[in-house]
Amino acid sequence: MSDVEQQAREVKAFLDCLAERNANRGQEPTWIAARRQAGAARFEALGFPTRRDEAWKYTDVRAIARGDFVLTDNAEFSPASAAALTLPIEAYRLTFVDGIFSPALSDLGDLPGGVAVLPLSQALAENHEAVGGPLGRLTGVEFSPFSALNTAFMEEGAVVRLAPGSVVEKPILLQFLSRANAEPVMSHPRILVEAGSRSQATLVEHHVGESEAANFTNLVAELMLDRGAILTHYKLQEAPLGDLHVASIHVEQNRDSRYTSFNLNLGGGLVRNDLIGELNGEGAEANFYGLFYGQGRQHIDNHTLANHNAPRTFSNENYKGILDDRARGVFNGKVVVKRDSQKIEGFQSNANLLLSDRAEIDAKPELEIYADDVKCSHGTTTGQLDEEAVYALRTRGIDEQTARGLLTLAFAGEVLELVDLDAISERVELAVAGKLPERFNLAGLVEAAVALHDE
Amino acid sequence: MLEVKDLHVKVEGKDILKGLSLTINAGEVHAIMGPNGAGKSTLSAVVAGKDGYEVTQGSITFEGRDVLEMEVEERAQAGLLLGFQYPVEIPGVKNIYLLKAALNAQREARGEGEVPAPEFMKLVKEKLAQMKMDASFLQRAVNEGFSGGEKKRNEILQMLVLQPKLAMLDEIDSGLDIDAMRVVADGVNSLRDEKRAILLVTHYQRLLDYIVPDRVHVLVDGRIAKSGDAELARELETRGYDWVVEESAA
Repeated sequence: MSDVEQQAREVKAFLDCLAERNANRGQEPTWIAARRQAGAARFEALGFPTRRDEAWKYTDVRAIARGDFVLTDNAEFSPASAAALTLPIEAYRLTFVDGIFSPALSDLGDLPGGVAVLPLSQALAENHEAVGGPLGRLTGVEFSPFSALNTAFMEEGAVVRLAPGSVVEKPILLQFLSRANAEPVMSHPRILVEAGSRSQATLVEHHVGESEAANFTNLVAELMLDRGAILTHYKLQEAPLGDLHVASIHVEQNRDSRYTSFNLNLGGGLVRNDLIGELNGEGAEANFYGLFYGQGRQHIDNHTLANHNAPRTFSNENYKGILDDRARGVFNGKVVVKRDSQKIEGFQSNANLLLSDRAEIDAKPELEIYADDVKCSHGTTTGQLDEEAVYALRTRGIDEQTARGLLTLAFAGEVLELVDLDAISERVELAVAGKLPERFNLAGLVEAAVALHDE
Repeated sequence: MLEVKDLHVKVEGKDILKGLSLTINAGEVHAIMGPNGAGKSTLSAVVAGKDGYEVTQGSITFEGRDVLEMEVEERAQAGLLLGFQYPVEIPGVKNIYLLKAALNAQREARGEGEVPAPEFMKLVKEKLAQMKMDASFLQRAVNEGFSGGEKKRNEILQMLVLQPKLAMLDEIDSGLDIDAMRVVADGVNSLRDEKRAILLVTHYQRLLDYIVPDRVHVLVDGRIAKSGDAELARELETRGYDWVVEESAA
C-alpha cells in the first residue's frame, strides 16, 4: 500500500468513527454541527501530520494514526482505585473517565459566588449560546490536524467561568482518568476557562490512569484572561506509559493579566503539548515552566509559543528535561515580538539532562523580533550529570545510584521550587526520585526538609 | 588503623607516589607536609578512591580491610572520610539532603535504621553552632556560592555529623583567614579522641599551631623523606623544605 493510500485509510477510520457517533447523537445546536463538520473537513484535508511537517519533525504520530480507537459512553471507575490515583489536595473536582464525565467522582461543593465549574455537556444543555461564543475562539480548526479532529469529535470537557473580581481559594482540579480497556479508547476533551477581570484561580489538570491503559487523548484548552486576571495552570501528566496524548493549550491575555503554566510531564508513552500564549494587552505576563521526565521509550514533545502582540508584555520560560533509557524529548520554544511591541521582555531557558547514552533531545529555541526596544534572551543546554559531584557525594558514603538520584532531583528542583502547591511538587519530586533506580529513597529527605521548614 | 605499604601510584602515566609507607594508629594525628608536587594530595585521593589514580604496587588497609578493593562509598561508610581542598559545588542539592543521605548511608552500612528526624535535626543544629554556621546553610545548595572559608567550614561540618574514624583533610587551611582557621581547627580538634585518627595534608605549618600533630611526615618525590613530631613542622617553617630534599637526595 502506498503512503497516500495508507494515510487515506487512517483518516477514513477516524471519520467513520465520527459518522457512527453522529448517527447516535441527538439533535444538536446548528453551530455545533457546523463546527463539527468544519473540523472533520479540515482533518480530512490535512490528514495526520508527518515528519515532513516542520512542527512535527521530531514526533512521529503513526501510533495514533494507525491506532484503532473506539469511543466510550460510560465513566465507570472503581472509587477505590480513583482514590489511589487522585491528587491528595482539597479542591473542586471534575473527573472524566476516558473523556466521559463522572458525577460520582466529582465534587464541586461550595463554589464561591460568581464562579462556575461544570462539564461541557451540562454547560451546553443549560445555555449553549453562552458556550458557542468563546468555544473555539482561540482555536479554530486551522491550528493543527489534531485541533480539527478535536473539533469534529468534541462533546465533553470542562467549562470554568470566573466572574470579575472573583477569587477561588481552593484549586479547581480537572482529573482525566484513563482506563485499561479491552479496546483502546480515544477522547477529545475541551477545557474552556473564562477568567473575568481581576479574578484569580488555580487550575490543576491531572492526567493519570490504570497502568495497563493505552488510550488516546486529544485535548484542546482555551484559557481567556481578562484585565488583571491571574490564572495558575498546572498540567500534571502522569498518564500510563501506554497512553498517547496530544494537547494544545491556547491562552489569551488581556491587559495586566498573569498566566503561569506548570507543565509537569512524567507519564504518557507519546506526548505532544502545544502551549500558545497571546499577550494582547500591556502589562500582561506569561510564565511557562516545564519539567519533563522520560524513561523507557517515552517520547515527550513540548512546543511553546509566546506572541508579544502588545508593548510592555512579559514572558518568562524555563523548561527542564530529564531523559533516561531510550526516551526522546523535544523542546521547541518560540518568542515572537510583533511590530511596535516595544519595551517587552521575553526570557527563555531550556536545560536538558541525559541520564543515558541512548536518550535523545532535540531542542530549538527561536526568537522572532520585529521591534527594536526589547529585552530578550534565550538559551538551551544539554548535558550529563556532573561526575565530580557524583564522586563528592560518594565520598560521603552515598551510594552511586542515590548520588545520581539526588543530582537528578536537584536538576529538576529549579522548576519544582516555583510550584506553590506542595502536594504537586512533593508528588513530582517523589515520582522523579521513585522512578530513579532502586534503593533510591528520598522520602525521608523530603520529610527532613519539610520538618526543618516547619520549625 | 590505616596502613599504607610501599604505595606506588601513577597519574596519567606519570609516577607520583614511589613507595610510600605510613601507619596511622587510633588516637593519632598525623600531618603530611612537603613541597608542591611531592604527591601530598595524591595520597588522600587514592585512599578516598578517586578515579584516575593507578596503584601499580603496594597496599592500603584500613582496620584490616583492603581499601583498594572497596567502592568509594564503602570507604566512607567504613569511616574513612576525605575533606576536600576544593570542595565541589553541587547546585540544587541542599546541605540538609546531603547530610541526611550521608548519615543514613553510614547507618545502613552498620545495620542501623534511618536516623529519626528529631534526633537528626538536634545533631545538625548542635554541629552548626559549633562551626558558627547559620541554620540557613542547611537549605542552601552544597557549597554553591559559598566563600572559600564557608566551603571549608562545610567540609568540617560534614565530618562532625558523620564522625569518621579517620578524617583526611586535604589543605583544609588554604584560603582561610585567622578567624575561620580557628573555627575549623576547633572543629577538627573536637574530633580527636582515642578511637579516631586524623590525617592532615598541608603545605604550611600555621595550621599545626592550632591542630598539634603527633607525627609529621615530609613527603619528597613520592616518598616519606623524614618523619618526626610537631617540632619537625616548626623546623620546616623556619628552614623550608630544601634541606629535607637535599638530605633525602644524599
